[in-house]
Amino acid sequence: MSTVDPKDLAAFAEQADAWFAENVVRDPGFMLPLTFMEVGTDKQFHFLRDWQNKVWEAGYLGAAWPKAYGGGGLPQAFQSAATRAMRKHHGPIMLNAIGINWAGPLILEMGTEAQKAAYLKGILSAEDIWCQGFSEPGHGSDLGSAQTRAVRHGDHYVVNGSKIWTTLGRYARYMILLARTDPSTERKYDGLSFFLMPMKAPGIETVPIRKLTGEHGFTQTFFTDAKAPADGLVGPEGGGWKVAMRTLEYERGARGGQAGGYVSVGANAFDVFDLARRTQRGGQPVLEDPLVADEMVGFLMEIQALTLNGQRTQVPELVADRPQGIPLASKLMGTEMSRRLNDFAVRLTGARGAYYVDEPDAVDNGLWARNYLNAFSATIGGGTSQIQANIVGEHVLGLPKS
Amino acid sequence: MKDLGRIGFSEDQAALLEVAADFCQRRSPVATVRRLMEDELGHDPAVWAEMGDLGWLGVAIPEAFGGSGLGLAEVVPLVEQMGRRLMAGPFVSTTLAAQALIAGGTEAQKLEHLPRLAAGEAAAIALGEPDTDWEPDTISAAARRGDGGRLSLSGRKILVSDAGAARRLIVAVRLDGAPALVLLTPEDLPAGALRRETVIDETRRSFSLTLDGVTVAEDRLLDPDRAGATLEHLHLAANLLAAADMVGGTQACIDYTLDYLRTRTQFGKVIGSYQALKHPMVDAYTRYEQARSHLYSAAHCFNEQGTGEIAVRMAKAAADGAYSFAADRSIQFHGGFGFTWDCDAQLYRRRAIWHAAQFGDAAFHRKKLARLLF
Repeated sequence: MSTVDPKDLAAFAEQADAWFAENVVRDPGFMLPLTFMEVGTDKQFHFLRDWQNKVWEAGYLGAAWPKAYGGGGLPQAFQSAATRAMRKHHGPIMLNAIGINWAGPLILEMGTEAQKAAYLKGILSAEDIWCQGFSEPGHGSDLGSAQTRAVRHGDHYVVNGSKIWTTLGRYARYMILLARTDPSTERKYDGLSFFLMPMKAPGIETVPIRKLTGEHGFTQTFFTDAKAPADGLVGPEGGGWKVAMRTLEYERGARGGQAGGYVSVGANAFDVFDLARRTQRGGQPVLEDPLVADEMVGFLMEIQALTLNGQRTQVPELVADRPQGIPLASKLMGTEMSRRLNDFAVRLTGARGAYYVDEPDAVDNGLWARNYLNAFSATIGGGTSQIQANIVGEHVLGLPKS
Repeated sequence: MKDLGRIGFSEDQAALLEVAADFCQRRSPVATVRRLMEDELGHDPAVWAEMGDLGWLGVAIPEAFGGSGLGLAEVVPLVEQMGRRLMAGPFVSTTLAAQALIAGGTEAQKLEHLPRLAAGEAAAIALGEPDTDWEPDTISAAARRGDGGRLSLSGRKILVSDAGAARRLIVAVRLDGAPALVLLTPEDLPAGALRRETVIDETRRSFSLTLDGVTVAEDRLLDPDRAGATLEHLHLAANLLAAADMVGGTQACIDYTLDYLRTRTQFGKVIGSYQALKHPMVDAYTRYEQARSHLYSAAHCFNEQGTGEIAVRMAKAAADGAYSFAADRSIQFHGGFGFTWDCDAQLYRRRAIWHAAQFGDAAFHRKKLARLLF
């Protein structure tokens, strides 16, 4: 189906709006994570898994994926309408982020028929949670140097090594895994292969990593003679680097095909502005302090600039000098702003900035302190800000490699 | 939250941006900039005439008065490219004087003066005073009604850009306790009324204007009912065009610094490979892109009640921050050469300081924004 009847679309959007209005639970009685990387308790996990399943069953996730694999078989505009309704009613995040946003579209594009049939429906229903095995303890930003080994034995590969920062690693049934099948290639990239790896297999151990927030968000995953079925290869043996790079395009949203919804609901400058308006200090709104007001204006200018940057990239004449500049710098600008903004929010709460999550006297249940600490996941993950600055300096400004 | 503005870009803006980028690069190479700094007039009359031929002086003047009937949004790309090439001349002053007449002149004044400005007669506005606080209605210079229906002026205006070249001067005064605008010509001024000031931006010609002893006919008064609104309009228009000049300058300053960092070698390495230099350049660059986005939002939204003022103040504050940082680091990153007259970094830094001091710096506009937004 490729043409959109506006009447059908409007009716679908109206139904979605009504459905989310009725089904979103704003307060389940415990704090929900703001991103899929912050799922720390079983209570959070089960709530979000049930929620995603419910959204999918109602037809508002995977609406544009093929019917044969659990999708709705509708044009993308329908899923976009559903996602808008979800956002409008402040629905909780979609849990199975790696599945719906990058493993799923990758399998749809590059997977075999058998892989599509085996995996896609479970991704949408959240029955099968997916995780990602790219980073290794010794190689954070340098994926091409991955050392985890996979050696072919008949119909399977034997995997040894370890992966780190495995989001949802405790819960995952499958992993997209980048492993070295040939350590002797001239170019290190040519020795890598890409697997769809079952996690509930002998020889796989997941050890929780306790984050600076005190929560358990990630695991380190250890492989000791674990079996990866050969029919789980995506692309040819030795062709894993290309598949991994395509995966990163899906991860960064540079390529479409995601199942829909959203996987994080970051606090923005307007939420902090709201905090500043309702926070009192010494009987006065904290915004009446001129130093606070000045800083708040600075953040509003900054977030407005990032919004405008996005709009400006749609006008070729206004980005003609460095067309790749804003896209390549946007992660650096956005994540660093978010970190500083959350730090400002903690300071806005004054003496109560000393409280932490679940303290009854804390402002907003201590959310801001946790947001600030979690903000480092974005300034460090996916390439640290310092690596990003090198990328911008070298690829946008033309400076020599460091 | 109020509407903070958005990007929009017209075909006219695109066409003018392209023409201006080429024209300003050809007509204002840095050797010319430096030669004109030593010149008493301070700009090249032949280039000024060419701008007139291109129709640039009438871009924001209505067609009925000899212009092309576009707006300040279309002037912005021109001024951005002039700022990028550190161009000298009374273009912005003349544009602002035209704005004063469009917003606050009587029909007779518009008919008499606007076609001349559109045709290339230079003009200027005189708003600043010795105790200025950048508020458009802080005015002590005075006009008093005297005998025979004439106005007697007194007081002093300062930092009047391009007063020496201007054939028309729009001067802010106080009359009957309220702000007013008066149009003067050089013939109205006694000898010595204009004194060239020594200013930090040597590409600029700026003057002190002593009004004592100046008398003019009452028909030189712009529409008194609209004087307050016209002063507000001029304040925002001046800041919009300043932001345009600054954003262009920031881009050029970053490019100039990058050229050096890509070629200069120390300790056996091209210095741009050092992260101590590379990363602050990325900071300068991201601040530039943000400032440019604010600029084109302000240009697009300029005429929108409320949003226009927010967007312009954001644009000027962002441009001040970006230009000052980029030019300050440019001096530093050129090392010993950066400390010399011959390094262009100082030209950018001086121009940034000039603009910060005119019509409100970043802190002034942020304070205004706090009042508008909170």
